[in-house]
Amino acid sequence: MDFTLCKQHEMARQLFKDFAENEVKPMAQEVDETEKFPMANVEKMEKLGFMGIPIPKEYGGQGCDILTYIMCVEELSKVCGTTGVIVSAHTSLCADPILTYGTEEQKQKYLVPLAKGEKLGAFGLTEPGAGTDAQGVQTKAVQDEATGEWILNGSKCFITNGEVADIYIVIAYTDVVEDKRGRKVKKFSAFIVEKGTPGFSFGTKEKKMGIRGSSTYELIFQDCRIPKENLLGPRGKGFPIAMHTLDGGRIGIAAQALGIAEGALERTVEYTKERKQFGRSISAQQNTQFQLADMATKVEAAKNLVYKAALKKQEFADGQKVSYSVEAAMAKLYAAEVAMEVTTKAVQLHGGYGYIREYDIERMMRDAKITEIYEGTSEVQRMVISGALLK
Amino acid sequence: MKIVVCVKQVPDTKGGVKFNPDGTLDRGAMLAIMNPDDKAGLEAALRIKDEYGAEVTVLTMGLPKAEEVLREAMAMGADKGILVTDRVLGGADTWATSTTLAGALRNIDYDLIITGRQAIDGDTAQVGPQISEHLDIPVISYAKDIKIEGDSVVVQRQYDDRYHIVKAKMPCLITALSELNDPRYMTPGGIFDAYDKEITVWGRKDLKDVDDSNLGLAGSPTKIAKASDKVRKGAGEKVTLEADEAVTYIMDKLKEKHVI
Repeated sequence: MDFTLCKQHEMARQLFKDFAENEVKPMAQEVDETEKFPMANVEKMEKLGFMGIPIPKEYGGQGCDILTYIMCVEELSKVCGTTGVIVSAHTSLCADPILTYGTEEQKQKYLVPLAKGEKLGAFGLTEPGAGTDAQGVQTKAVQDEATGEWILNGSKCFITNGEVADIYIVIAYTDVVEDKRGRKVKKFSAFIVEKGTPGFSFGTKEKKMGIRGSSTYELIFQDCRIPKENLLGPRGKGFPIAMHTLDGGRIGIAAQALGIAEGALERTVEYTKERKQFGRSISAQQNTQFQLADMATKVEAAKNLVYKAALKKQEFADGQKVSYSVEAAMAKLYAAEVAMEVTTKAVQLHGGYGYIREYDIERMMRDAKITEIYEGTSEVQRMVISGALLK
Repeated sequence: MKIVVCVKQVPDTKGGVKFNPDGTLDRGAMLAIMNPDDKAGLEAALRIKDEYGAEVTVLTMGLPKAEEVLREAMAMGADKGILVTDRVLGGADTWATSTTLAGALRNIDYDLIITGRQAIDGDTAQVGPQISEHLDIPVISYAKDIKIEGDSVVVQRQYDDRYHIVKAKMPCLITALSELNDPRYMTPGGIFDAYDKEITVWGRKDLKDVDDSNLGLAGSPTKIAKASDKVRKGAGEKVTLEADEAVTYIMDKLKEKHVI
């Protein structure tokens, strides 16, 4: 067992750190304040290949491993949670399912431009009446017998990269079957939907507590006709596709949470050394020292869980038949809760300045909260973990 | 077209300079980076490659660890890396360094050699021009813009208060200023590719037409008596005066010190 990173990973981390410090950090406060999607930086990331890090080169990606991608989300999130989730949603929730379940034609048509960063991706599962309970999904796809096209009706809410993305993975129910007890059960399918398809529009933009530069929109489908070749994976297998996609997405969000916690810790260490009270820096106070020690220990534990989940997903990507659901759930559960705890303590250690928008720390606390909620709440992660324990 | 860029791994002075008890730099305690002027030189070479097509080789002399800057250069887009490392080459000053690099360059086919103006750990600006002397090729120093015209380079050479436009026929050597450009970032895939590539490692025996008496510490005419961090300035003198009086006071002081 080896906890040291190889030279490639160290160099990649330095690249992400330099980019985050030079390009992302100077914009982070403005992005939060104005709630504007950081398009200029996304374009820079596209040119540098950040939007296709774990995608094989033959599909336009960088051909790196999952850990490299995870470190990218982590380093970006250290300075800007918004930028971290843009990369995560694009890569884990849109490019990854096409790589895993797409046909060769779908990969050439959609994965290549996604991996090259020419197109941005998003994923739509959540609906007003269906979050954790997927059976509540109302969006329906009916196949036109004559043309084979799918006609999509319904709406999706809280969609990250909504409106700015070009390619969307959308989950809709396509069949209703009876289970063994005679209850009606919806069967879902996954579809690739392009922006600009007639009948596909955007609803309201959500105003959020944190990650305010991330574009969160409602997607609306009204008799939206999708070519039959845009069915992703087999008909009726949309739910396992969505769950598997979210397993990967959770590692991305866990990396985002980890990055936010690390960023908050770094700033708090700097601040407590500078801030003087009672004639000495507050870092000389034992309370501060103990708080920082606890924060650093939890951050390190979170990092180990996140990296371990990334390595487990790598085994899957390398062709092994392994599940990484539990590792992903543990990483996200723990990293998200650590992010919330560390940022809250960081605000406290900053005192009044921690509550002021001029300082990054209050933004980090607001950004941290969402990591306990999206791509499966902390409660859902506990369900996944205990489900595996008790089966 | 073949371009060789000479790069140096230097301690990152942003985090402060650290010394060993004997006054030499504690390189292990400082982060190592590619020298900024060299990085600009590399970027200039990569832009020539993008625009005209070229093979870019990066060359460095240093400890085995200096391989890292070659990998970084290759992750940015350089094609090949050559590391010159040998115990007998250690402790080299600018003369011994330029002799070594010229000895390596005699084995390489090149149209253009680019070096940084100077390294942030030595600040001498001598190695580039010295290499050109060893190889008997023209040198244009302090380049702030480089263009290729047929078999020549046209360079804007930074001067104190102006710049000169200098044209030279290739093969020639250019020393680059960090102000020349903003070096590109590496790419994630480029990093992994760089580590898959072989780096050529040369030692003393691979150097062509060099004499041992000009190599390493023994072959270095420069002897360092003492090294220290920046000398702290005194607290200075503080006076509070009205504007008119202050101007007179400052003028008198400047005259007193023979500044004006």
